[in-house]
Amino acid sequence: MTQTDIEALLKAELHLIAPDIEIEDVDRDEDLREEFDIDSLDFLNLVTALGKALNTPMPEADYAKMGTFNEIIAYLTQKAA
Amino acid sequence: MPSLGADMEAGTLIEWLKEPGDAVASGDLLAVVETQKGAIEVEVFEAGTLEEYLVEIGKKVPVGTPLAMIRVEGEVVVERAVEVKAAAPEPTTPDPVPTAPAPAPHPKGDRIRITPAALRLAQRKGIDPRKLGDIGTGPDGAFTLADIEGATPSPASPLDGMRTAIAAAMTRSKAEIPHYYLAHAVDLSTAQAFVEQVNANRAPDQRLLLGALYLKAVAKALRKYSEFNGYFTSGGFQPASAINPGMAITLRGGGLVAPAILDADSHTLDDLMASMRDLAGRVRAGRFRATELSDATITVSSLGERGVDQLFGVIYPPQVAIIGIGTPRQRPFVVNGAVKPRLTTTLTLAADHRVSDGHRGALFLRAIDKHLQKPEKL
Repeated sequence: MTQTDIEALLKAELHLIAPDIEIEDVDRDEDLREEFDIDSLDFLNLVTALGKALNTPMPEADYAKMGTFNEIIAYLTQKAA
Repeated sequence: MPSLGADMEAGTLIEWLKEPGDAVASGDLLAVVETQKGAIEVEVFEAGTLEEYLVEIGKKVPVGTPLAMIRVEGEVVVERAVEVKAAAPEPTTPDPVPTAPAPAPHPKGDRIRITPAALRLAQRKGIDPRKLGDIGTGPDGAFTLADIEGATPSPASPLDGMRTAIAAAMTRSKAEIPHYYLAHAVDLSTAQAFVEQVNANRAPDQRLLLGALYLKAVAKALRKYSEFNGYFTSGGFQPASAINPGMAITLRGGGLVAPAILDADSHTLDDLMASMRDLAGRVRAGRFRATELSDATITVSSLGERGVDQLFGVIYPPQVAIIGIGTPRQRPFVVNGAVKPRLTTTLTLAADHRVSDGHRGALFLRAIDKHLQKPEKL
């Protein structure tokens, strides 16, 4: 899966969780939870969906590497490589 | 029309989920009703065959109005209308025969006529048919598909209704319930370490959140402090026989609801976590069952990770207590005589002084704290 695919997937999953937020309006280097106004349950649902779609474990210990939109893409791209 | 809360007087039927001739079992979803709390699914409480609809789609009827006729198995002649839920003691409109629609024009108000297809389109387009005027172009002034196709979405959102419902419940609460408030700082380090350890080797869909531990700790403490679990009505306080904490869930765009997690004290943390995920998902999709709202015997409101230190709740009548949980934060805490950075939160209680006193409230909060210090036993 390419970085473009991963970005499309992340956008799609975030849209399901936060349909009222336009991806164009968020700062991709700011705190994802703040930007999308999501709580810990939403975030867990996001990780669940991404982990399933990419068939990769996303351990809780790695959450610190998934703080922003761009960080998640970098993290998943690296895992897919 | 079931009562979905003490303040509910009427509801609007927006969708049938069963058709006449369908076999129905107790617990089946029969219809969707629009209330001030949003769209809510109504369950069947008797097994049988759906004989006929008694209320048309789009019609707003008072609580207690029979919605449909269900023929119970073995019953040959239909003689009575079965209420979908016996929440209201007396139907306010005892006549189960659908009355002929009044000729147009209709009086101003919430009652409108609309065809089912038109209503579906209106919902899809986000149009409130009540804002289109008194009558449509169809028979008897009903709004038709063409009326809706020509309409532009109204800016008013369904949240207006939710805000009205919250306003009514909270105004009543502050007017009638003498609240008292208590706060208690709690060390969450042990609970957090437990969650991290449990989650370390689990797939995301099996992971726990602190929220599940809060619910279980509150539920277990309520076994001993039953004066915080139940309803205050005209007959005084009635402790509830089950422990069904309502979990406050905020909705994107505003408003919140607190549907119940049934018998929370007897479920495992994994079960509670699954229930929380299921409930939050359905609530945000706008779909939850009627009984889930009215079953809550206390409310638990957690600010989550991005909130502030403390939450002083307003009791949701007829309940008698609400537990608030602040955002966990690293703070200096004295542990064994030394100041250490610890993950802490502030637990609060707002309770009804007609039912309990601060002394018992304090013991209740300490009991919750104690349970949170032994997460492996929750």
